[in-house]
Amino acid sequence: MSEHNQHSLEHHEEAGPHSTFSGYMIGFIASVILTAIPFWLVMADVFSSRNMTVVIILGLALVQIVVHMIYFLHMNFRSEGGWNMLSLLFTLLLVFITLAGSLWVMYHMNVNMMPGMMTGSS
Amino acid sequence: MENSIAVPVSQPANFEFLVREEEHVANGTLLGFWIYLMSDCLIFAALFATYGVLSQSYAGGPTGADLFDLPLVALNTSFLLVSSITYGFAMLQMQQGKLSGTMLWLAITGVLGVGFLGLELYEFYHLIHVGAGPQTSAFLSSFFALVGTHGLHVLFGILWLVTLLVQLRMYGLNVANRRRLFCLSMFWHFLDVVWIGVFTIVYLMGSLS
Repeated sequence: MSEHNQHSLEHHEEAGPHSTFSGYMIGFIASVILTAIPFWLVMADVFSSRNMTVVIILGLALVQIVVHMIYFLHMNFRSEGGWNMLSLLFTLLLVFITLAGSLWVMYHMNVNMMPGMMTGSS
Repeated sequence: MENSIAVPVSQPANFEFLVREEEHVANGTLLGFWIYLMSDCLIFAALFATYGVLSQSYAGGPTGADLFDLPLVALNTSFLLVSSITYGFAMLQMQQGKLSGTMLWLAITGVLGVGFLGLELYEFYHLIHVGAGPQTSAFLSSFFALVGTHGLHVLFGILWLVTLLVQLRMYGLNVANRRRLFCLSMFWHFLDVVWIGVFTIVYLMGSLS
């Protein structure tokens, strides 16, 4: 079986996804814009509300990550028979649990365990 | 994943059959490397979670707003972003079978990576010099752990890239080297994706306080 694989590889030189110039350029221009906007928002102090700025730059970061995934990492539901996407989705679930769980638990630990220090420490 | 079909030896060879499933991948390296990247992603998730928990624990020391030099970070970000597209150009040259073009764009990518790493080391040196080293506060410990781990990944990416340049010079664009180029491409773009999280959560949000 492995001999057969080696053999077929010699013929199918196209091992990975096919990339195009326009795909890379679309991804690059989009990510330049999506990087420039948050830096501008923070450096020029556009919004007076901190929370609004945080929500917008986090949203732009998420969009930019999706752009990189599609145009640079060539993610789709078909590559490697869908296993790429399945492992990505599973990892995203774990990442969400790690991040949201840690922040949630530790925030409440701070609030409940150190009531006197909250005003001073934050 | 049942791909094999038992065929009686006595039957004539000219028959047709249908495999009702996805074609089996010929080589699992790219999928395996992707799964490695996903596990790497979990390391960064843990580091981001640590940073998120400790990012307000200044211990009376300097805050992100005091320390971070956003124009420098913007320059660093642009290095990494441009290196992503130059790596893309290297892949396009590879697809056309042009060895010298592939090596040229790879080398440019490597130079941009070295520039990124140099600026980051300068920043770390500056921070430690002004007394904001990792031992100063929990905030700075988690900052150095997260950004330092990303920097180490870039360093190993550059070492890999140089090794690959030597391999390309010696053996050309053969099947093994193409596979390696695909793997390094995923690694490099993945580091760029992690950096999006770093500059947004660490530098930009840190400067807002």
